[in-house]
Amino acid sequence: MLFTVLTGLITSSLLVPFGKFIKTKWSILLPFIPVLLFIVYLLYVPDVASGTNFLQHLPWVPSLGINLDFKLDGLSLLFALLITGIGSAIFFYARTYLRGHQYYDRFFGYLLLFMSAMLGVVLSNNIITLFIFWELTSISSFFLIGFNNDNADSRKSALTALSITGIGGFFLLAGLVLLGNIAGTYVISDLVAQHNIITSHQLYPLFVGFILIGAFTKSAQFPFHFWLPGAMKAPTPVSAYLHSATMVKAGIYLLARFTPILGNTDLWNYTLMIVGGFTMLYAAIHALFRIDLKAILAYSTISALGVLTFLLGLGSKEAIVAASVFILVHALYKATLFMVTGIIDHETHTRDLTHLSGLRKVLAPVFIAALLAALSSAGVPLTFGFIGKDLIYEATLHAPSHLALWLTVLAVTTNVALVAAGFMAGIKPFTGKLPQAYEKIHLPYTSMWLPPLILAILGLVFGCFPGLVGDLLNHRTANSIWGGETAMHLKIWHGVNTVLLLSLSTLAIGTFVYLINKPSILKLAAIEKFNRISPQRIITGYAYDIKRFSNWYTHLFHDGYLRSYHFKIILFAELLLGYKLWLSGPISIDFSVLTPPSWYEVVIMLVLLGALYIIVTTKSRLTSVVSTSVIGYCICLMFVFYSAPDLAMTQFTIDTLTTVLFVLVLYKLPSFMNFAKKGILVRDAVVALGFGTILALIALRVLYEPNTTEISSFYGENSYLLAKGKNVVNVILVDYRGIDTMFETVVLAIAALGVYSLIKLRLKSSEKE
Amino acid sequence: MKSAILQTATRYLLPILLLFSFFLLLRGHYYPGGGFVGGLVASIAFVLHSFANGTESTMKILRYKPISLIPIGLGISALSVVIPLLFGLPPMTGLWFEQPIPVIGMIGSSLFFDLGVYFVVIGVVLTILFTISLEG
Repeated sequence: MLFTVLTGLITSSLLVPFGKFIKTKWSILLPFIPVLLFIVYLLYVPDVASGTNFLQHLPWVPSLGINLDFKLDGLSLLFALLITGIGSAIFFYARTYLRGHQYYDRFFGYLLLFMSAMLGVVLSNNIITLFIFWELTSISSFFLIGFNNDNADSRKSALTALSITGIGGFFLLAGLVLLGNIAGTYVISDLVAQHNIITSHQLYPLFVGFILIGAFTKSAQFPFHFWLPGAMKAPTPVSAYLHSATMVKAGIYLLARFTPILGNTDLWNYTLMIVGGFTMLYAAIHALFRIDLKAILAYSTISALGVLTFLLGLGSKEAIVAASVFILVHALYKATLFMVTGIIDHETHTRDLTHLSGLRKVLAPVFIAALLAALSSAGVPLTFGFIGKDLIYEATLHAPSHLALWLTVLAVTTNVALVAAGFMAGIKPFTGKLPQAYEKIHLPYTSMWLPPLILAILGLVFGCFPGLVGDLLNHRTANSIWGGETAMHLKIWHGVNTVLLLSLSTLAIGTFVYLINKPSILKLAAIEKFNRISPQRIITGYAYDIKRFSNWYTHLFHDGYLRSYHFKIILFAELLLGYKLWLSGPISIDFSVLTPPSWYEVVIMLVLLGALYIIVTTKSRLTSVVSTSVIGYCICLMFVFYSAPDLAMTQFTIDTLTTVLFVLVLYKLPSFMNFAKKGILVRDAVVALGFGTILALIALRVLYEPNTTEISSFYGENSYLLAKGKNVVNVILVDYRGIDTMFETVVLAIAALGVYSLIKLRLKSSEKE
Repeated sequence: MKSAILQTATRYLLPILLLFSFFLLLRGHYYPGGGFVGGLVASIAFVLHSFANGTESTMKILRYKPISLIPIGLGISALSVVIPLLFGLPPMTGLWFEQPIPVIGMIGSSLFFDLGVYFVVIGVVLTILFTISLEG
């Protein structure tokens, strides 16, 4: 399984050096990567359908419990097949769709990266690796949404999508880590066994909340749904792949995967039902008012994701089976509709429903694909969608009795809107009179219309022969979510019962709504008036405020004056140290412990004070710098007296060099000295005195700390034995704490490079003037 | 700051100081000294020379830009960190030759580490000072 994840990643990175071959004649090779992986996963089907789970374990960071654990069960296999299967169709399609594009190779690089990340998400059996792949899907989708990077709207949408899913990812990580720490394991199959411990933990609401935010942002649930319509700025193959069949379903996958771990509690079930239920209705109704084909599809996708969340929230056996089936149903018809939209856009250069009509005359095979998909989405008998819809109604009818009626009404209303939306996207552009402008349109290459047609036909085949997928879906997939036996036979004909009546009336009302709802700009404008109170406006407004605040905050601290940086740093250190000192209680100095000062110490102190006086009073910069170095040398002498030759030597040389540096810099400055105002001088004096006093107090306090010699005696005893050095200071530097020293030299190097480039760069810009 | 006395003096001081800095570097493991101080002393030697004869002429003596010493130094340090890995030991394990080498004394991987520090320090100090004095 690791192999299948890596295939895409490796090919993706190979495209960097070999991309130019792919651009021309070898591009036919690309689609065979997902095809190959699809075949690999197809071969797993018989085994998984008979109940075998495949496990793979590769140690990665075993000390932290993070390993490359993979597990293939019914749920993973369904998603893996979707990712590679729909991926194959998309790859063939995109190869033609983007033919001759400047960044052709780059596009497939991102797409392969995305595919691998998705496979990683659905196969991971370790929640931390799952999270890593999860983030990778966000990042690769950022590049795919912003693929038309010369378009400002496209870049903005990409950023919105990334920030929303990124925030979600942040919460998800927090939730996963909490969960892992409470359960003591990051392995999903072990977490399932601890369901009771986890759900009865007092922090349960917290980490469930975090994980749900992660899943809801990814799967575009209200109020985070708005990034998905924006993400439609991506090239159509991307929308078809990421935003219908795979990436947005990652959130659903996560919910399904975590149902046996976190589910079956009121909190879990009601949250999912409320959020999913609201989202599905809200988005389905929104879809009816759109005129852009892709916008309709985007909103109906959000609605479908809401349906899935809702079903997982219901949590009954029927609901889980319905969800498993609906995942496949939706992926098949929605990817088809997206690809059809792409063809229409490609040929007519518009996606505006008010302009499109009669295309069946010129794009016949495309029309067949679209029609089949629309019928499946509407749930017409003999399509796969019919079975899916039946199961949904069965699930709502079997809900607890006080809810059943309301939930069924909710589901029917949503489905009515979805039927109409599906017809709008799949049938509307093809019916009616063909405008003259489109008469010359010809059918695109076979590789563009064949993939959607195949997917649409599959929808029909599964609808007529549900047994083909029945075992896998309702036994194994639902079983991975439900945990117990889920055998329910997928049937085409249940006999005349409530479910059938509901299904047929949904269809009838949906068709009626479609017929009376003529897409128009006026309706779009009407619904856009509500934008002011939409979550999108609120969240982006909030993001804007954060940006303004951080701008203000940054300018407050980065005003560009060295003196103000120094002032702030020292003041902060003073407050922190002063507070700590104050906490540690009163300080008493026992003078009797201190050794009496010798005459040379007195002399040095006098020199020091003299130099200090000169610094404070002099009007010349040079004099003050030289006096500062006098102070440095005095301290050196102190080190010598207290037998610290290493320190003394270093201090001496450093002092010399800083003085030289100071002089060099001052030399370039204008010669006059601008004196600060009296108030500022006093302020600085207070801060400086305070800092000095605090440091002195700390130094005195250190004397009264219990004097443990363990460390120094350890170094003393071992430096020669272990490190063959007699100079303990040096042995510490190059041996015991060698890595520290290593990084300190790196810091020095960075500082030097900084000075070098600052000065060189400034010169260059002035040369330009 | 052209002074004949200083110019003449630096002609002799430069090699002596450099030798002294190297001496500090080598003895660091047993007596006060080490790569950091050694590097500082060596850079002071060059700074002194540049004061007496001008930065351009010091650059001429150096031949290569001092900034190129930084990667060399970092490379030597990094090597001494990595080499023990080749012997299957944890990184930064001190490796030593069995017998002392005449004049230099014991040679081990930590001496190379110190040598790296020495070069980085010279490179950093001279890069900063010379860049400022030449172009600032």
